[in-house]
Amino acid sequence: MEASETSNGTTLRNAFGNVLSFFILVLIGVLAFSIRLFSVIKYESVIHEFDPYFNYRVTQFLTKNGIYDFWNWFDDRTWYPLGRVIGGTVYPGLTLTAGTLWWLLNSLNIPLSVETICVFTAPIFSAFTSWATYLLTREVKGSGAGLTAAALIAMVPSYISRSVAGSYDNEAVAIFALIFTFYLYIKTLNTGSLFYATFNALAYFYMVCSWGGYTFIINLIPMHVLMCIVTGRYSSRLYIAYAPLVVLGTLLAALVPVVGFNAVMTSEHFASFLVFIIIHVVAFVYYIKGVLTPKMFKVAVTLVLSIGLIVCCAVIAVLVALVASSPTKGWSGRSLSLLDPTYASKYIPIIASVSEHQPPTWPSYFMDINVLAFLVPAGIIACFSPLSDASSFVILYIVTSVYFSGVMVRLMLVLAPAACITSGIALSEAFEVFTRSIKFQLPGLPGISPVDAGETSSDSTVPLNEAPKTDKSGETLKERPSRKNRKKEKEPVEKPSIKSQIEKRLLVLPFEGSILAIFLLVLLGAFYVVHCVWAAAEAYSAPSIVLTSHSHDGLHVFDDFREAYAWLSHNTEVDDKVASWWDYGYQTTAMANRTVIVDNNTWNNTHIATVGTAMSSPEKAAWEIFNSLDVKYVLVVFGGLVGYPSDDINKFLWMVRIGGGVFPHIKEPDYLRDGQYRIDSQATPTMLNCLMYKLSYYRFVDTDGKGFDRVRRTEIGKKYFKLTHFEEVFTTHHWMVRIYKLKPPKNRIRGKTKKSKSKSSATISGKRSGTRKNPWH
Amino acid sequence: MVKPSSSSSSTSQDALALINSLRSAYSATPTTLKIIDLYVGFAVSTAIIQVVYMALVGSFPFNSFLSGILSCIGTAVLAVCLRIQVNKENKEFKDLAPERAFADFVLCNLVLHLVIMNFLG
Repeated sequence: MEASETSNGTTLRNAFGNVLSFFILVLIGVLAFSIRLFSVIKYESVIHEFDPYFNYRVTQFLTKNGIYDFWNWFDDRTWYPLGRVIGGTVYPGLTLTAGTLWWLLNSLNIPLSVETICVFTAPIFSAFTSWATYLLTREVKGSGAGLTAAALIAMVPSYISRSVAGSYDNEAVAIFALIFTFYLYIKTLNTGSLFYATFNALAYFYMVCSWGGYTFIINLIPMHVLMCIVTGRYSSRLYIAYAPLVVLGTLLAALVPVVGFNAVMTSEHFASFLVFIIIHVVAFVYYIKGVLTPKMFKVAVTLVLSIGLIVCCAVIAVLVALVASSPTKGWSGRSLSLLDPTYASKYIPIIASVSEHQPPTWPSYFMDINVLAFLVPAGIIACFSPLSDASSFVILYIVTSVYFSGVMVRLMLVLAPAACITSGIALSEAFEVFTRSIKFQLPGLPGISPVDAGETSSDSTVPLNEAPKTDKSGETLKERPSRKNRKKEKEPVEKPSIKSQIEKRLLVLPFEGSILAIFLLVLLGAFYVVHCVWAAAEAYSAPSIVLTSHSHDGLHVFDDFREAYAWLSHNTEVDDKVASWWDYGYQTTAMANRTVIVDNNTWNNTHIATVGTAMSSPEKAAWEIFNSLDVKYVLVVFGGLVGYPSDDINKFLWMVRIGGGVFPHIKEPDYLRDGQYRIDSQATPTMLNCLMYKLSYYRFVDTDGKGFDRVRRTEIGKKYFKLTHFEEVFTTHHWMVRIYKLKPPKNRIRGKTKKSKSKSSATISGKRSGTRKNPWH
Repeated sequence: MVKPSSSSSSTSQDALALINSLRSAYSATPTTLKIIDLYVGFAVSTAIIQVVYMALVGSFPFNSFLSGILSCIGTAVLAVCLRIQVNKENKEFKDLAPERAFADFVLCNLVLHLVIMNFLG
C-alpha cells in the first residue's frame, strides 16, 4: 500500500515537474526571442551589416519568382562582367526557411513584408536553439541540466552577436540545425532507433543547406564514433546511429547544389567514410565474437582481423590516391586554415583579410561566453562521472570547439553552445549536491526517504532536476550506472533505502557552506545575466548600417550609408556600374540596385585584386582599369571626419596586399614608411598619390582648414590637390560615403598637356587614340 | 623443418574447425534473420558488381554511379540495422517490438530511395 502511495506521489510529482519544465521552456523561448529585440527597439527594424543584405535580396527574389527560378538564378548585377550563378553557389537553407515562413504567413492572411520576416528569423530560431539545447542536454544529463543549459544559451553573448533581430545570416538558423543534429544523434545513440536515425539524417540535411559549418558535424561525429570504438564502448546502437547517417547524409548533402559532388570528392568528408569502414569491420568482429565460443573466437580473431586490415589498407590506399589526384589535395582554403592557423595569412590574403577569420583575443572569450569559461572545466568533470556515450560526445564537442574558436573568432559561435551545455551540467550538478546537503541536515526530516524530502528547496531548477529523472529509470537501455536511478527503483524497499541514505550521507557538505555556495552560484548567475543583457543592449545590437554616437551634446545618428545608396538609386542609370571595395558590394546591389564589380562573396580573387590594384594605383592608371570594367561611379567609405574606424583607408593595406598578390607591380613596401602605415606628411609618395588616398581626402582640408583625420589622429600629408580623371558627385552628410564619377575621356584630354599625353601608356588610351582629335580640344 | 608444416597444418585445422563452428553457430540463427542476411548479401554483391563495372567502364554519369552504389550500400546498412534490432539475442533491444523496428526500417528506406530517385535523372 505504501509502495502504491509513493508511486502515486512520484507520478504526481512527475506530472507537476513536466508541466513546470514546459512552462520554463516557453519562458526561455520568450527570453531568447525578446533579448534579441534591442536592435529593433534602439534603432529600427532593418537588416544589418553586409551578408544579410545579400540574403535579403535572395529572399526577395525567391518570394517574387518562386523556387525554380531561384535555383536557376544567374545574377548579372554583381561581379560585372562575369556575373554569378546564385542558385548554385549559395547555401539555400536560410533563404528557403524565411521564404517558407513568409509564404505560410501570407497564406494565413497575415500580410508581413519579406523584410520583417527576415529581421525576425534569427530571434525565432534562437528560441528553437534553446529548446534543442534543452533536448540535447536532457539526453546527456537529465532535465535539470537541460533547463539550465537552455537558459544559458538563450542569452549567451556570443550567440546573440550573430542572431540579433536583423542579423539575417546563415548562422541564425545553422546553430539551431547544428544543435538539433547533435541531439538527434545522441537520441539515436541512446535509443538505437532507426526512426531517430532517419530524422538525424534529415536534420543533417538542413544543416548542410544552411551553413558551410556542416563539415564540423561530419567530422565530429566520426571522431566520436572512433573514440567510442577505441575505448571499447562499441555497441550496436552506435552502429545504428552512425552507419545510416553516413549513407543518407552523404546522399542528402549531395542534393544541395552548392555542395554537390563535393560531398564525396573532398577531404573534409573522407574521415566519415573511413570511420564508416572501420565501424563495419568492428561490427563484424563483435558479431563473430557473439556467435563463437571464446576459444574459437581467439582463433578467428587472427583471421578476421588480418583480412579486415587488408581491406582497410586497400581502401585507405584508394582514398589517398583519390586525395592526391584531386587538385587542391581535396581541402578548401578555409578548412586548411582551420588545421594550420597560419595557412591563410601565408597563402590567401583574402581569407586573412576578413576580421572574423582572425584568431580571437583573450578578452573576447570573456566578452562572449563570460562566466561560462570558468564553469566549463567543472562541466567536463561532471561529464566524466559517470562517463556515458552521450557525455563523452559532449566532452569531445567542447574540446574540438575550443580549438576551433582559438583559430577563428567567428567559430566562437560553435563554442558557445558547447560551453552552455557543459556549464549547464556543471551548475545543475552543483545545485544538486548543495541542496542535497541542505536537505539532509534540515532538522526534523531525517527519517523521510531522501527523494520525498523537501523537494521545495530554494531554486526552481532543483525539483525539476529530480522529477523527470524518474522517467529515465525505465530506460535501462542507456546502461548508465546512475546512482540516483538505482536508488529510486529500490526506494519502496526499506533496506536499500537506508543503505542509499548512508551512501548519500557520505557526500554531504556542511550546512552553512552549502547555503553560502548556493548563494554564490546564484550571484554568479545574476552576474552572467547582467552581462548578457548589457552585451545584447549595448555591444551587439548596432546594425552597422546606421551608426550612433553619444557625445556631450546628445545623440548623433549617422545614416550616411543609406543616404548614399539612396542617392545612387535615384540619380544614376539603372545599368550603371559602381566600383567599391568588396565589403560594400552586397549593400550596393541590395539597396541601390546597381551593378557592382566585386562583392562579399569573394569567389574570384583576380577580380578583387583588379579592384584593389585600381584603388592603390595613381589616378590615371586607376581610371584606365575602371574604364576597362565599364565603371561609371566609384564609391569610397571615409571615416576621417566623424571618426568611423572601419573605413577604406584602414582597409587599404589589404587592398594593396590582395592586389599585389595578383599584379606584382603593386608592392606593399611602397606604401609603408619604415614599416609603418601612415597618411601624414611622412607618408610615401606612392601612398599620397594613390587613388584611395585622393578619393578619401579630396577637399577634406575645406572642412576644418587643417585636414585633421579623426581616425588616424593626425593631419593628412597632402592637403591641396585636384582630381583630373574623377569628379566628385556626391558626399554624404557626415562625409562617410563619397561617390565619384569617372570623367569621360574627352575631359581627360582637354585637361592634360601634350606632354603627359605622350606618356600615357596602357592599352585603352592606345585604342582610343582616334578620339583624341575631338573638336573640343 | 617439421615446425612450419605442423604449424601450417594446425592453422588449416584451426581454420577448418573455425568454419565448422561458424557454420554450426550460423545454422542456429532463425530463418527470418537468414532472409535478412541473404538480402544484405544481395545488396552488397550488387554494389560490388557496380564498382567492378565502374572500374572497367568509368564513372561518367557520376550521379548515376553515386546513386547506384549508395542505394546498394544504404539498403545493406539499413537491413543490418533491422537485423540488429530484431535479433532476439541483442539484449539492448528487448523492449523494441519487431513491428516497430520494421516500420522504422521502411521509413528510412523510403527516405533513402526518395533521395536516390532525385539522382537518377
